[in-house]
Amino acid sequence: MAEERRRAKDIKKSQKIEDEPVKRKKNKGRKKSKRLTNKEITRVTYMFVTLFIIMAGYLVYFNVFESKDVVNSVYNVRQDLLAERVVRGKILDRNGNVLAQTVTAEDGTETREYPYGSLFSHVVGYSVKGKAGIESIQNFNLLTSNAFFVEKLINEFQDQKNIGDNIVTTLDANLQTAASNALGDNKGAAVVLEASTGKILAMVSKPSYNPNTVAENWETLINDSDSALYNRATQGQYTPGSVFKIVTTLAYMRQNPDYVAYLHDCSGEITEEGTTIHCYNNTAHGQETLGDAVANSCNTAFSEIGLYLDIGKWQDTAEDLLFNKELKCDLTSKRSSFSLEKDAGAAEIMMTAMGQGETMVSPYHMALITSAIANGGTLMKPYLVDEITNYKGTIVKEYMPEKYTTLMTSEEASILKDYMEGVISYGTGTSLNGQGYTVAGKTGTAEVSMDKNTVHSWFMGFSNVDNPDIVVSVVVENADTSSITGTSVAKQIFNAYYN
Amino acid sequence: MVNVVVELSKYVMILAIAIYVFDCFAIFGYEDEYTKKSILMRQNVLMFLIHFVAFLVMFLQTEEKKMIGFYGMQVLLFLAILLLYRLIYPKVSRLIVNNMCMLLCIGFIIITRLSYSLAVKQFIIATGALMLSLLVPVIIRKIKVLSEWKKFYAITGVILLAIVVVGGQVTGGALLAIKIGGIALQPSELVKIIFVFFVASSLKEDKSFRNIVITTVIAAAHVLILVVSKDLGAALIIFAVYLVMLYVASGQARWVFWGLGAGSVAAVVAYKLFNHVRVRVLAWQDPFAIYQSGGQQLAQSLMAIGTGSWFGMGLLEGAADKIPVSESDYIFSAIAEEMGLIFAICVILICVSVYIMFLNISMQLRDNFYKLVALGLGTCYIFQVFLNIGGVTKFIPSTGVTLPLVSYGGSSVLSTVIMFAIIQGLYILREDEEEDIERKKAEQARARRSGSHIRQSSGREGTGKRKTSDAQGAGRRRTSDGRRTPQSKRY
Repeated sequence: MAEERRRAKDIKKSQKIEDEPVKRKKNKGRKKSKRLTNKEITRVTYMFVTLFIIMAGYLVYFNVFESKDVVNSVYNVRQDLLAERVVRGKILDRNGNVLAQTVTAEDGTETREYPYGSLFSHVVGYSVKGKAGIESIQNFNLLTSNAFFVEKLINEFQDQKNIGDNIVTTLDANLQTAASNALGDNKGAAVVLEASTGKILAMVSKPSYNPNTVAENWETLINDSDSALYNRATQGQYTPGSVFKIVTTLAYMRQNPDYVAYLHDCSGEITEEGTTIHCYNNTAHGQETLGDAVANSCNTAFSEIGLYLDIGKWQDTAEDLLFNKELKCDLTSKRSSFSLEKDAGAAEIMMTAMGQGETMVSPYHMALITSAIANGGTLMKPYLVDEITNYKGTIVKEYMPEKYTTLMTSEEASILKDYMEGVISYGTGTSLNGQGYTVAGKTGTAEVSMDKNTVHSWFMGFSNVDNPDIVVSVVVENADTSSITGTSVAKQIFNAYYN
Repeated sequence: MVNVVVELSKYVMILAIAIYVFDCFAIFGYEDEYTKKSILMRQNVLMFLIHFVAFLVMFLQTEEKKMIGFYGMQVLLFLAILLLYRLIYPKVSRLIVNNMCMLLCIGFIIITRLSYSLAVKQFIIATGALMLSLLVPVIIRKIKVLSEWKKFYAITGVILLAIVVVGGQVTGGALLAIKIGGIALQPSELVKIIFVFFVASSLKEDKSFRNIVITTVIAAAHVLILVVSKDLGAALIIFAVYLVMLYVASGQARWVFWGLGAGSVAAVVAYKLFNHVRVRVLAWQDPFAIYQSGGQQLAQSLMAIGTGSWFGMGLLEGAADKIPVSESDYIFSAIAEEMGLIFAICVILICVSVYIMFLNISMQLRDNFYKLVALGLGTCYIFQVFLNIGGVTKFIPSTGVTLPLVSYGGSSVLSTVIMFAIIQGLYILREDEEEDIERKKAEQARARRSGSHIRQSSGREGTGKRKTSDAQGAGRRRTSDGRRTPQSKRY
């Protein structure tokens, strides 16, 4: 201290002296002529300081915009810590119906309840024994409370739990019920979405399980031969059958600009290199345009088209339609596969053209392709969460429709739409005719075994053709087509939507 | 009750460090010595406050009595360092001492939270390093021939690095350490300092093309050996330090462009050649996509930072121990998770303040060698901070370097503390220089008054090379005469 005081005194003294003029020049001779200038050092300093300002800015940006997604990762072990401080929020459908909620008993034990039982099992998921569905992907948000901060502070000081945020989904309980009822006890899946926004309105996978009893039935569930825990809508890998003819049609249109002039004379069967392909029920469709071939789902026409196609370009078209690619999906999904060797034989080419072959797709993927056709070629990114609100309903975060990618030109989309309208008006989907709404679609019947009676029955299509409302993609496994088809399931979903 | 303390503690610590950081920069705006001293004193108080609150929280949560003893010893260490530096070197830069203690203090807190036993080790090493560092400024001040040992620096640097390649141990895929008597040493940490001395002594006067080429070749040898031992972080630091020093020494930006060009080519080659480089780049692009095969560290780090958000989870309330190597490379994420992102950004700002101070000293020094040493050490420090924090926050691909003074690691703490002490030595040299000028001015003024200034000043100029040391002696004799020019500021 004494030292400091002395120094302070010295300063006062020195200031007095400095008041007298001192000529700077006298010091000049002291400097080395080659002394480094400070200009460069100043620049270096500015450069690093700028770099750090950018980095700090990045951190702020990260925390504001990116951290939500990162933190929500299933790898984040910290989420379980949050459960000790926050009561898990609710999951709601678009109309506010409760799909999942946590009920706290008087002794403080919490139970997760799913009022709709097995109806939303795959899409909403469960949160015991690991997590699945929305319970998994929105885990962090459900365990984050954006209640009014004073309220939170009071709770924290009283050592009481805050109430977590609610997830308002895009799902519609009515459509979900309709889809589920339509599928009944059959195995299969249905996806319903809004073409113009990408909102997923319903997603059903059968068989389902009851999320209320997952913990009790865990052993049975994981050893289940029907794999009930598996979400067939996004992870199922099915032979597409005739719905794939849409892809073949687009490939043909792209490779043959005069496709309008296409004419095929169907005799009910076609033979190439010793392989004979029959039309369904051996029906001879006679003279057909490309549109007629789609409407009639004519196997001989598509076998012939397949043989015309350049395999490399065909593969390109398939990949433009997201085959062999990871699909953007909120839930776990599998990529669809399309592969055809350039030197493939006629049999394989013909089978592939009509959707038999090695091609595998998920109902979700077919919904994406249909949605792009309905939406003028532009695919919107499908999403499940519409908004996050605090427990009182104040919006915390709102999700907006986003473009996924463009699958085809609007011209191509409009031609395919016309062809798919033909399917309903005079082709294989006439049972959807004459309803209070218009439909464009494509049916499919995929043979999956030697037994011709067990088939996967498909439907993909959309309603209100001029200004599409909803897109539906359905597969019914091993369907007894006399009582249930993809088309009949779709019809019930459309009916539920319009009534 | 504990809950209330934990909750409040977060905000108290954030407020305290925010004021501390503000003072780090605000101090440059004051001329008045009393104000400056009170600011520096306030910084000490704030540091002890953060330290106290943090250990209180950790004690309340763990209820382990050893925490109290450990806390007490840390307080003693900080008090000793703050006082000893000022007693032994009255002219020391107190801002640098404060920042050094603050960074060590934050390191002690978070390492104690992660692992008590590691924290004790770190404390012992830091104590030793700090005591040793008290000698360094004397050495810098007394040994005037430091700038003449160019060859010695070059050979020592290369040999130390080569020893690791030949007899080193593999840590996390890289050859980093050699074991001597059971203690693992990382020579690359020390080589960084030696390298700075080498470049400074080489480029202090001779800027001929030939000399630049020779120096560059030796620098490249350092980098190559480090790349061979897979110590990418150190290789990058040496590379960046050399470019900056060459740029300042030559005053020509073209060298930097050539260097960056060569560096880019080397980066592409390294990417193609080494799998561990590719993994790091892939992890940087999307750590979650390759979570099982190399992305885990970064993914955990990002989740930690995100979960902590602005105010943090609170000490011992988060899962900072789940981040791999959170006590060393990923310590920044641990801080962000439990003490909050605001606190973590304040830590960044303290590092920047240290850097600005280092370069400020460099700018005020008159001797080319010392100037370059201060510049090189400053660059070395800040670039390492950049690589570390940028790496763990996905700003840049991670390179596996420690956060100086905060991260656990003996060699890292030792070399950084020495680095700080060298800068202190240079700062004191500058103070001596200032005093020298001041004294001369005063003498001239007096001489003018007595009408005999011509004899005086010519006599001064005659002393030539011994000027500085002469001035030092004079400065010491006449501490009561420590006046400075207005542009000289003490922090």
